[in-house]
Amino acid sequence: MTSATPQISIPRFDGTGTVTQPRVALSEWTKLHSLRSTRWSLLVATVLAIGLPMLFAAVTSSHWGHMSLRERADRHPLDIALAGVNVAQLAVAVLGVLVITGEYSTGMIRASFTAVPKRLPVLWAKLGIFAVATFLLMLPSVVIAFFGSQAILGRHHILQISFSHPGVTRAVAGGAVYLMLIGVFALAIGAMIRNTAGGIATFAAIFFVIPPLLNILPTSWNNAISPWLPDAAGRSIFSLTHGAHSLAPGPGLALFCGYTALAIAIAAVLLVRRDT
Amino acid sequence: MKRMIEAHGLTKDYGEKRAVDDLSFTVQPGIVTGFLGPNGSGKSTTMRLILGLDAPTSGSVLVNGKRYRQHPSPLHEVGALLEARSVHTGRSAYNHLLALAQTHGIPKRRVLELIDLVGLHEVARKRAGQFSLGMGQRLGIATALLGDPKTLLLDEPVNGLDPEGIHWIRNLLKALAAEGRTVFVSSHLMSEMALTADHLIVIGRGRLIADTSVDEFVRRASGTLVRVRSPQATRLRELVLGPDVTVTSTEPQLLEIGGLTTEQIGEAAAAHGIALHELTPLQASLEEAFMELTRGDVEYKAGEIVVPGEAEKAA
Repeated sequence: MTSATPQISIPRFDGTGTVTQPRVALSEWTKLHSLRSTRWSLLVATVLAIGLPMLFAAVTSSHWGHMSLRERADRHPLDIALAGVNVAQLAVAVLGVLVITGEYSTGMIRASFTAVPKRLPVLWAKLGIFAVATFLLMLPSVVIAFFGSQAILGRHHILQISFSHPGVTRAVAGGAVYLMLIGVFALAIGAMIRNTAGGIATFAAIFFVIPPLLNILPTSWNNAISPWLPDAAGRSIFSLTHGAHSLAPGPGLALFCGYTALAIAIAAVLLVRRDT
Repeated sequence: MKRMIEAHGLTKDYGEKRAVDDLSFTVQPGIVTGFLGPNGSGKSTTMRLILGLDAPTSGSVLVNGKRYRQHPSPLHEVGALLEARSVHTGRSAYNHLLALAQTHGIPKRRVLELIDLVGLHEVARKRAGQFSLGMGQRLGIATALLGDPKTLLLDEPVNGLDPEGIHWIRNLLKALAAEGRTVFVSSHLMSEMALTADHLIVIGRGRLIADTSVDEFVRRASGTLVRVRSPQATRLRELVLGPDVTVTSTEPQLLEIGGLTTEQIGEAAAAHGIALHELTPLQASLEEAFMELTRGDVEYKAGEIVVPGEAEKAA
């Protein structure tokens, strides 16, 4: 205990930088792109968003001659162009959940909250960075999917649709907006549940399990309830047309944003209150 | 500038279970303060309460004069190494440190400097999930030192380190304290604390048992027990017995006397012409002192281990 002062010199650092929202955002960007799981999930989402429409377009084009008139009438070029969105959403949602539950399962969250003990800046930064990254990747993907599938369907005049056709630009961009909001919603669910399996299961229940279950209800009930669910509200953002039992794109987007905001609000309250 | 940790009536319940019970203490700068207690005694919980990771049920704890959450640049105030690993297994050591540094605008140069200091240069780009326990601890130390903090909070820092690593940590802790920082280190190993700490805060079942210097702790816990061997043990026993004196005997000619010094016993024996064959002060080892103090405060206790040969002898 009385040994001479040991000769370890700790390099000094005179910085006194404070925690700011832009700094936390930069930190979250480093966290996001430095994980292999992020790169894989985003690659899969991109490949699905672009690849599936191309595949469907190719299959439709080659079978066109064997299809009945009724079958042909059911094919809509925009449905083909945006077919990838339905599958890419799974990759985006899983990654959204993982962005936060990965920190809980590994214990990283304690390091994050020790560096940023006010906690909320971490949540805002995660949501913001993930939303921007998803949108910037998915927007070109859906645009490429649209023009790519149109090129493959070039032989069939009836399956051609112009990008400037009313609602088409909105529907294509809506696909990217939908994927971004799905990711944000999933991240908020992850922040609430704090467990990867639980977060993904909750997300799947809301978007993939509850909607088909409503078919058991009397049709009039189902028609009354379904359009207001997150799933249907979100879908209306990238649908070209809407029927009597679905919302128009504007109200659909507003409602889906509302659901997402609610999920974020619950996540934020829990994040500040709970022990880590 | 206040550089200390002050806990006032700190209490934490997890459901029915009280993990930390009305704990009050102050950790001073310039020395290494050991935070000692058996496993499950509430050390890690106290550390989490200090860092605001858990909220106390009642009471409060201030670091450098404020609640941890109120500091605008926490990494420059407190550096923490938590017992449970707090690193994403899929991220490299470099990116882990960089991400934390960026929250305070700390440059890459500082990150590289610390990777060199803790000796992780070779593996800095490898995923932290592949790290050994010792490498993980070194990464934790680098994390704690990132902001060149005034106060350090280290939960079981020598866990999983090899002897060379343990030696390095001891010197590091002393060097940090010598620079005037507040150093608060938890351990369940008394022997480890004896080598590094100047002051001790001892807890058992979440309650404060002792808040003293290391020397004082040993003196208090061991008391003064003297072993005396004499052919006239029975007579000596009658001579020394008094209100504050305890005498126990396990063999006919052997006494263990508490409450008197070797000098007092020796003089008493000489005055009455009693021959002494042995006169030995018994100093409890630090480990024994610790066991003595925390007895009954251990949450999970193993049964007595019976060595077959010993059992036969006893029977």
